[in-house]
Amino acid sequence: MLENYLPILVFIIIGIGFGIGPMMAGFILAPRKPDKEKLSRYECGFEAFEDSRGTFNIRYSLVAILFIIFDLEIAFLFPWAVVMNQLGWYGFISMSVFLGILVVGFIYEWKKGALEWE
Amino acid sequence: MFLDLLWIVVKILLIVLPLMFSVAYLTYAERKIIGYMQVRCGPNRVGPYGLLQPIADAVKLLFKEIIIPSSSNKFLFVIAPILAIAPALAAWAVIPFGEIDVSTTVAGKTTTTQELLVLADIDASLLYILALTSIGVYGVIVAGWASNSKYAFLGSMRSAAQIVSYEIAMGFALVGVLMAASVYQIDPVTDPALVGKSAINLGVIVKSQSGGFWHWYWLPLMPLFIVYLVSGVAETNRAPFDVAEGESEIVAGFHVEYSGMAFAVFFLAEYAVIILISMLCALLFCGGWLSPFEGIPHLEEWFAWVPGLVWLIMKTMFFMFCFLWFRATFPRYRYDQIMRLGWKVFIPVTIVWIVVLAAAIAYELPPWFDQV
Repeated sequence: MLENYLPILVFIIIGIGFGIGPMMAGFILAPRKPDKEKLSRYECGFEAFEDSRGTFNIRYSLVAILFIIFDLEIAFLFPWAVVMNQLGWYGFISMSVFLGILVVGFIYEWKKGALEWE
Repeated sequence: MFLDLLWIVVKILLIVLPLMFSVAYLTYAERKIIGYMQVRCGPNRVGPYGLLQPIADAVKLLFKEIIIPSSSNKFLFVIAPILAIAPALAAWAVIPFGEIDVSTTVAGKTTTTQELLVLADIDASLLYILALTSIGVYGVIVAGWASNSKYAFLGSMRSAAQIVSYEIAMGFALVGVLMAASVYQIDPVTDPALVGKSAINLGVIVKSQSGGFWHWYWLPLMPLFIVYLVSGVAETNRAPFDVAEGESEIVAGFHVEYSGMAFAVFFLAEYAVIILISMLCALLFCGGWLSPFEGIPHLEEWFAWVPGLVWLIMKTMFFMFCFLWFRATFPRYRYDQIMRLGWKVFIPVTIVWIVVLAAAIAYELPPWFDQV
């Protein structure tokens, strides 16, 4: 069973190689004449006022948290979906309860305004 | 052992090299098609009909200086393109390209069985693809963070939030596909390749759609199909959902600081994912390598000689064309509209359709879910 995963490991290594290879070629073949202005970060013709890693909108973190919750739900739904045909009504009803709780949470965050962007 | 490994590498290159070729000519097709849609010619100077344009682009990028900004995190800056391309390529390991007949001779007796034409025949292939397409977002975040530039940072924030939002709708759409495929009873006589596999295997999903194009999941799962296709466009940050690149406001988004080959690797990853999503649309909703004329008298026999791979590629090309078509047609969405569409439209639609689908399967709705 596990040997089926060997090609995947090899593929990941080759994928990394396809990332490293062109970059190495670029570093070797391309000219390299750095100067202070060229290496400064992109800004519209002036020095950046501050470090860019300051504050950012909290909504991005909120989206990330909501994503984790919903992605977990999907991870729970996957195995159920595969065998739902064998589970019959028992599986259907228990998943309905689970989805119902999920929907209640979804409505709550909707009404709380967590999904609003302005 | 060594020969086995070499054989695996050869098979991987048989996937990756045509993929790279497709990526190169997808960029050519994009410029040519959008050009014609806007009554222009598109590239037509390098080679006949501009056919050598992608090669010229690659050579140009190869000889451009890779600039590493002095205020960036050098290590993360270099690692980000690799983080983007490795999962975009590795996801192809579990894509089935069709079925082949394999003959084995044991003690003078030749037996022919069918096998899936796939590199790694693992059971959880759909889960693996979901996992690897999720990893792609790390490349975007790391690139934006390591650049230490406002535009790159804003672009990566937008892009990451958008990708994870549409990931949810995409996941729910996949749950619907799995539910529909779980009805399929694997017959060891007609499907020897699928014995012992469950509905989470892409091969089973394709075979469960056999019986004519009205059995393909685009019809019974129409809302999920549309959600999946649109989410795929949003997931790859393509127009009309390309605010993360928004060239008029944040110049190019997360890869604004990247030049030369470092940029080219991001570019390769983006287009490899576009082709991957197109192929997944074909596999999950449009019958994969199954002939569209299945079950139609006369037409089925006339086109029986066409290999399944040709159908799969034609379907994939149709979806790739859709990606370009959308870009030429639709105006760009505003960011709040994108998030509203993802969270307030797609997620409710998919949840409702999962419940509808569960009921349809429970009542064995013909012609799709009646168990023979």
